Amino acid sequence: MFAVTGMVRRDVILAMRRRADVLTTLFFFVIVAALFPLGIGPEMATLRIMGPGVLWVAALLASMLSLGRMFAADYADGTLEQMLVLPQPLSLLVLGKVVAHWLGSGLPLVLLSPVLGLQYGLAPDVLKVLVISLLLGTPVLSLIGAIGAALTLGLRGGGVLVALLVLPLYVPVLIFGAGAVEAHSSGLGGEGHLSLLGAFLLMALALSPWAAATALRISLD
Amino acid sequence: MAIHWTKYSAPSAFYPMAGRSLPWLAAGTLLLTAVGVYMGLFSAPTDYKQGEAYRIMFIHVPAAWMSMWLYIVMAAYAGLGLVYNTRMAHMLAAATAPTGAIFAFLALWTGAFWGRPMWGAWWVWDARLTSELILFFLYLGVMALRAAIDDRQRADRASALLALVGVVNVPIIYFSVKWWNTLHQGATIDFSGSKMDRSMLWPMLILTVAFWLYSFVTIFLRARCEILERERHAEWVGELLDNRG
Repeated sequence: MFAVTGMVRRDVILAMRRRADVLTTLFFFVIVAALFPLGIGPEMATLRIMGPGVLWVAALLASMLSLGRMFAADYADGTLEQMLVLPQPLSLLVLGKVVAHWLGSGLPLVLLSPVLGLQYGLAPDVLKVLVISLLLGTPVLSLIGAIGAALTLGLRGGGVLVALLVLPLYVPVLIFGAGAVEAHSSGLGGEGHLSLLGAFLLMALALSPWAAATALRISLD
Repeated sequence: MAIHWTKYSAPSAFYPMAGRSLPWLAAGTLLLTAVGVYMGLFSAPTDYKQGEAYRIMFIHVPAAWMSMWLYIVMAAYAGLGLVYNTRMAHMLAAATAPTGAIFAFLALWTGAFWGRPMWGAWWVWDARLTSELILFFLYLGVMALRAAIDDRQRADRASALLALVGVVNVPIIYFSVKWWNTLHQGATIDFSGSKMDRSMLWPMLILTVAFWLYSFVTIFLRARCEILERERHAEWVGELLDNRG
């Protein structure tokens, strides 16, 4: 357990010392969300329908863009190789890094999303569902993304490659995340979608740290 | 007769075996494709509802089946390669991916041609179309990851892990997309039997076997290439090339 919390603390402290990185992800999210109304047109009725989907896609892209940071710095200075030989299980250390990554990229998006939702004219109860869906969904993005980040470690063109590897795997999260908001605003109730998102989260929590640890071992072999 | 399957996990045993079976597999592919296409185009009756355009499915359905089956085959070889660290399994996984991707593309392509007269649109965001598209992307991801890594062992193991992650995700993706939207006609053939007339079923099954043999041909050809490339310093490859002159 200490392996996880220690790693989270270390990575959060490191992230706080390089605040610009966190803010870049956040501004990317804001800018993408602001570009859509410019492209589609300012009619509130259209925007209200598109809002949840647009915000979810923007969150997906923002979370993916920040994946490179998860292991890259530790890989560059050799810390990662030291982690591989630690007595603590590597999957727990990876879990710690994923949690820290989510705190630095996912959580700020969740907190900011109601503001952007207001720009799309979403009603308060819809905003609430949006926040809950993002809260459940963005950790899954970080967890799945860790596998892609570990596999592409140190490769040329890694950033583009990770998009090709990870985005298809993000599809279910996108469907149920945006679907929850849509189901709620159409009166069907989003609980089913949210429960499935929770199920994804539990499954990803169980499997992906282990898969990412295996990927790290492959990449650093 | 006992067949020692593990014998062929040695590239030096696999290479000649694949070479010997290739002419037969290729002949079978050609023959069955000719028979299947003939039956599909001429002897199968016109569908009372879908007209002549339904004949596309004689290609479309086998291609879609093969694209899914080959992903499982690839993941199985990937798993074998990761667990037992056999070279041949990794080579076969690498050889399977392009064929699978081509079948996924073929299924999408023919699906578009079928959708135009039936649904009035080249593309609809239907569950099966979308999951087939994502399957195509998963193939591309595995191939791109392999191509991006220069170190062969790392490339093998990394793409194998990705293939396994993909195979866990395929059912999840399929069901999420299914609940998201469904327009595609339901499956006509399942394990309990078929709602299809015999005269339409046969060409489809024959073409499925033909595509399956075709997969063997291309995968064996590609695997033989891989073997020569990777084992070029091995003694038996040198002897083989010397004998050829």
